[in-house]
Amino acid sequence: MNILEKLMYRSRCKSPSLFHLNTGSCNGCDIELVTCLSPRYDVEQLGIHLEGSPRHADILCVTGPVTRATLEAVKTVYAQVCEPKAVVAIGSCPASCNVFAGSPVIEGPLSKHIPVDVYVPGCPPHPDAIINGIARAAQILAERGVREEAKGAPQK
Amino acid sequence: MNLSGLIHLFVFPGLLFAVPAGWFFAWGEHKAAARMQRRIGPPLLQPFYDFVKLLGKRTPSRHGIEADLLRLYPALSVLSLLGALALLPVFPAGLSFSGDGILLVALLELPSICFILAGFTSGSIYGEIGAIREAVLSVANNLVFLLAIVTIAVTQGTFRLADLAGPNTNPGHWIGVLGILLCIPAKLRLNPFSTSSAEQEIYSGPLTEYAGAALGMWKLAHGLEWVALTGLVATLVLPAGGPWALHALLFVAVSFVQVLLLSAVAAGTARFTLDRSIRFYWRWAAILAILAISSAIYMGFRS
Repeated sequence: MNILEKLMYRSRCKSPSLFHLNTGSCNGCDIELVTCLSPRYDVEQLGIHLEGSPRHADILCVTGPVTRATLEAVKTVYAQVCEPKAVVAIGSCPASCNVFAGSPVIEGPLSKHIPVDVYVPGCPPHPDAIINGIARAAQILAERGVREEAKGAPQK
Repeated sequence: MNLSGLIHLFVFPGLLFAVPAGWFFAWGEHKAAARMQRRIGPPLLQPFYDFVKLLGKRTPSRHGIEADLLRLYPALSVLSLLGALALLPVFPAGLSFSGDGILLVALLELPSICFILAGFTSGSIYGEIGAIREAVLSVANNLVFLLAIVTIAVTQGTFRLADLAGPNTNPGHWIGVLGILLCIPAKLRLNPFSTSSAEQEIYSGPLTEYAGAALGMWKLAHGLEWVALTGLVATLVLPAGGPWALHALLFVAVSFVQVLLLSAVAAGTARFTLDRSIRFYWRWAAILAILAISSAIYMGFRS
């Protein structure tokens, strides 16, 4: 890596913007994710911030078991996040559909529809675990950015 | 253009100073809010990392006139703010010409107009709602802002910024400065006047469809707006003279104190609805501004 690539790698690690997408979650994981922004956990000191628009985001945080009504939204929002991007599945629902498995209105698990980089299991997961997952995703995203730029990424 | 003009535009208080200062002020804003909420807050280089990261994003390609316009607006905002910064009479002996105060007001207003147009051009419904809110808020706060500037100009009988700079004994000058301070939260879209980018209602408002480098330019423009507006107040209250390094340092210090003050107000207040924001400016702040300008004109006739 030359110095510019190193700077870009560091910036991507240090400034992950999140977009929070609820796909029919019971709100348990959503509350835990928002807790991460509170004074007790304060993710802003790691440079992590929630964004209002998926176009501004780097990391898509998905909660919920992907209900039929939200499936199209999941695909649209995933497409709207600009490359390089990463996906964090928060809670047991996007990983395995949890207690909703087998329900006719559930289209999960999430990995059937979009590629997932980090799973944070738990019902709901602890805020520390969520922060760990997001930090891991930021690193994956930065490494992916370097890899894609090295081989000349396709223009989208 | 002479050498002094180029230095004003590119070195101080222009490009070379204003861009890091804009990042520093953006950090100060977030850090102060975090400390008020008993958080630790972002590291010093956070706005810089955000900017570099946005430059590295691959954005969806757009075609046609909208694509060009959407790229033009943030660039135009940055350029007009750099122009406004170059006009600031930090060292009153430097570059100044008759009527540059009017040019300064126009250059400070251009980013807001670009912001509104960006919202309408993006075609996003959230962008359009945000643009309407910004347009209404701009009409509301500009009444007070322009009256405040005119009051300051009337006390000196000129629009030449070098003559307006620095404190003076005329009370009209200080009421004018107060009027400008009242308008800064609305111009910077801070709480309680942040309806145009109300995240919980309309996502990111006019910037919803922006991504990557163009969004980075908007953030840069916002940082420059901080420097320009707080710098304007700083030049109006700081006495001229002394060694230039000390003067420049005082200029930054007074600007940064305003950043902390505005950040405290933003962290301590909730968001006003649009009609409340207008009521604040057109009722309470306008009364102050009209009193100020009428007293300034009256004093002018008496002397």
